[in-house]
Amino acid sequence: MRSPPASASLSPAYLFVAPALAAIGIFFVVPVAASLVLSFTDFDIYSVADLANLRFHWFDSYRHLLGDARFWTALRNTAYFVFVGGPLSVAVSLGAALLLDAKAVRLRPLFRTVFFLPVVTTLVAMAVVWRYLYHPRYGLLNYLLGLAGIAPIDWLGDPVWAMPAIILMAVWKNFGFNMMIFLAGLQSIPEKLYEAARMDGAGAWQQFRYVTLPMLRPTFLFVAIMTMIGYFQLFAEPYVMTQGGPSDSTLSVVLLMYEEGFRWWNMGYAAAVAFVLFAIILVFTLVQLRLRGDDRLAPARETGAAR
Amino acid sequence: MNRSVRRAGGLLVLLLVQASACHDGGKPDTLRLWAMGREGEVVVRMTAEFERDNPGIHVDVQQIPWSAAHEKLLTAYVGGSMPDVFQVGTTWVPELVAVGAVAALDDRAGASRSLRLDDYFPGVIDANRIGGTLYAVPWYVDTRVLFYRSDLLQRAGYAEPPRTWEEWLASMKRVRERDGGGKYAILLPVREWETPVILALQLGAELLRDGDRYGNFRGPEFRRAFELYLDLFERGLAAGVGETQVTNVYQDFAAGFFAFYITGPWNLGEFATRLPPDLKDAWATAPMPAPDEQYPGVSLAGGAGLAISGTSKHQDLAWKLVEYLSEPRRQVEFYRLTGDLPPTETAWKDPVLAGDPRAQVFKTQLKSVRSTPKIPEWERIASKVAQYAESSIRGRMTVEGSLTALDAEVDAILEKRRWLLRHQGGSGGARVEDGE
Repeated sequence: MRSPPASASLSPAYLFVAPALAAIGIFFVVPVAASLVLSFTDFDIYSVADLANLRFHWFDSYRHLLGDARFWTALRNTAYFVFVGGPLSVAVSLGAALLLDAKAVRLRPLFRTVFFLPVVTTLVAMAVVWRYLYHPRYGLLNYLLGLAGIAPIDWLGDPVWAMPAIILMAVWKNFGFNMMIFLAGLQSIPEKLYEAARMDGAGAWQQFRYVTLPMLRPTFLFVAIMTMIGYFQLFAEPYVMTQGGPSDSTLSVVLLMYEEGFRWWNMGYAAAVAFVLFAIILVFTLVQLRLRGDDRLAPARETGAAR
Repeated sequence: MNRSVRRAGGLLVLLLVQASACHDGGKPDTLRLWAMGREGEVVVRMTAEFERDNPGIHVDVQQIPWSAAHEKLLTAYVGGSMPDVFQVGTTWVPELVAVGAVAALDDRAGASRSLRLDDYFPGVIDANRIGGTLYAVPWYVDTRVLFYRSDLLQRAGYAEPPRTWEEWLASMKRVRERDGGGKYAILLPVREWETPVILALQLGAELLRDGDRYGNFRGPEFRRAFELYLDLFERGLAAGVGETQVTNVYQDFAAGFFAFYITGPWNLGEFATRLPPDLKDAWATAPMPAPDEQYPGVSLAGGAGLAISGTSKHQDLAWKLVEYLSEPRRQVEFYRLTGDLPPTETAWKDPVLAGDPRAQVFKTQLKSVRSTPKIPEWERIASKVAQYAESSIRGRMTVEGSLTALDAEVDAILEKRRWLLRHQGGSGGARVEDGE
């Protein structure tokens, strides 16, 4: 039996994707749309009591946000974390990956596991240990500085040093993940490219500069974007280590959103913060994609083409 | 053998019949009780006893961590799944009243035979009254007093703890001069609202004005308290270290890093167990010094109470449980198990408390306590006080700039409250009590 042409155009594929679409709709589209609506209201504890107390004030939350000194502080801190911590994290993970990829390295699986360990350790347990390391009087870090004749630093208590301290810990915790991706990228570079380079008389640096780096381009793009998105969402480290202090010097945008939303029940305002952060991340992701040309996030294809 | 099987079978049938009979008059009545942290662990023993005394009633206790309790209560309210009885921090009562989640308790308390409100510390009862109505029965109390190293004070020439601000400042200076060298006189966490607020309340400050509609932090009383507080840092009497850096208060206290510490009852137990044995008698507690001769100076009225959900189907039973847990002898037992201080005079007469001079100081202090403004926004305002106190301690803002900005932020926080007060009656929704 042949089905009529009209229904033939409605491909059965839709039927197959329907459950997935429904899941996306219920768990993604609806909540996002709801929070967008929420951001146009002043939903708070009084609205919980009675919806009549809800005021629709359109862009007031956004306007208030732009005039809120704490929001700008949070944004500045987050940018500090992203643009200092991000590149540092990528550099450290690339360095670690290069070291592990070197032929001279023994016990490679052991080091790989050790470097990856912080990624899977719970942050809260780690934060406790790091707080001891950072302690101004009893901490190991200041003890070592003392040996070098440097005056002790109040790592988490001084507004100038708190963010670097958070960055240091975050980089230490996260570099293992990117390292694994870089390692995979490095191992997929065909050996013959290095051979050819060596035959042309390239030294170690030149091999790195003209073979490794270009071949890692797609991996780089992937790592850079994922790290940036992740770092923009800085929350757990300051939440556990400093609660945003001292003097709001480690207050991040997501921490501000959490405080507004779940501590003070200003859901409308918190939703507005969330959307502004979303817009910022979107813009930076697009810029990065544009800067790196039209590479797609597909390392496999790149290596295939190199063959 | 055959017979015993039959007998067992008969017994089973009997049990089933009984069980279904119970079901007949509704289920065996189940009371749901939420309690937080350590209190939640301990209260189970008492509810077991309550069940024995009240056959046919089952108490279902749920322990909730303090950090999640506030959020969970509100979500339970929104989702219509409030427990019948729950523990509630004093500062949360205004919020729960505003959303209409708690039942008024005056009539029940007035008619009760076992529970006498006049036995409670008046300041603590007052903290649980919103707009004149009682919404929670105090379960345990919390206030701040002075913990101090009596040996260090003795060496500085003071046999007695300070009674006035003047004495207090002088003794801190002496301690600092004697010990000096990287040591301080008092431990004051930098990002904290309690100390400046206590000092202001001692001066009789109204923290908010016009019926809690606007901030009043530029008022002369708060300003004076705030300046005194900042002065402690400026003169080097208090260390300007952040809260995160005080990793071990007990170690620092033992090392004489500071001699005074303003803190609450939970530290009675902590100090007793954590300080080294040779300092066993080297520390004491004292009521807060006063700005004038009205010793002791006031402190904060805090703690937690027991509240009944406004939507509970077992209001009478719920009250019975509240009465049960509030009996003075159970409060004493509760103190033994948790270290939480009881809210009634009778319980304080028990030898276990009467014989502890460090705890007795809290009793003295509890007679002069004041509560912070009883509006849902208070905790948020308090966090702002802490924020601006920190900015000023770090010298980032002047006193004038700090207090002006604080008032402006508080006015903005209270905007919704002013709007609701203006439109009250129209919506009939949230209960907003006019403070005037």
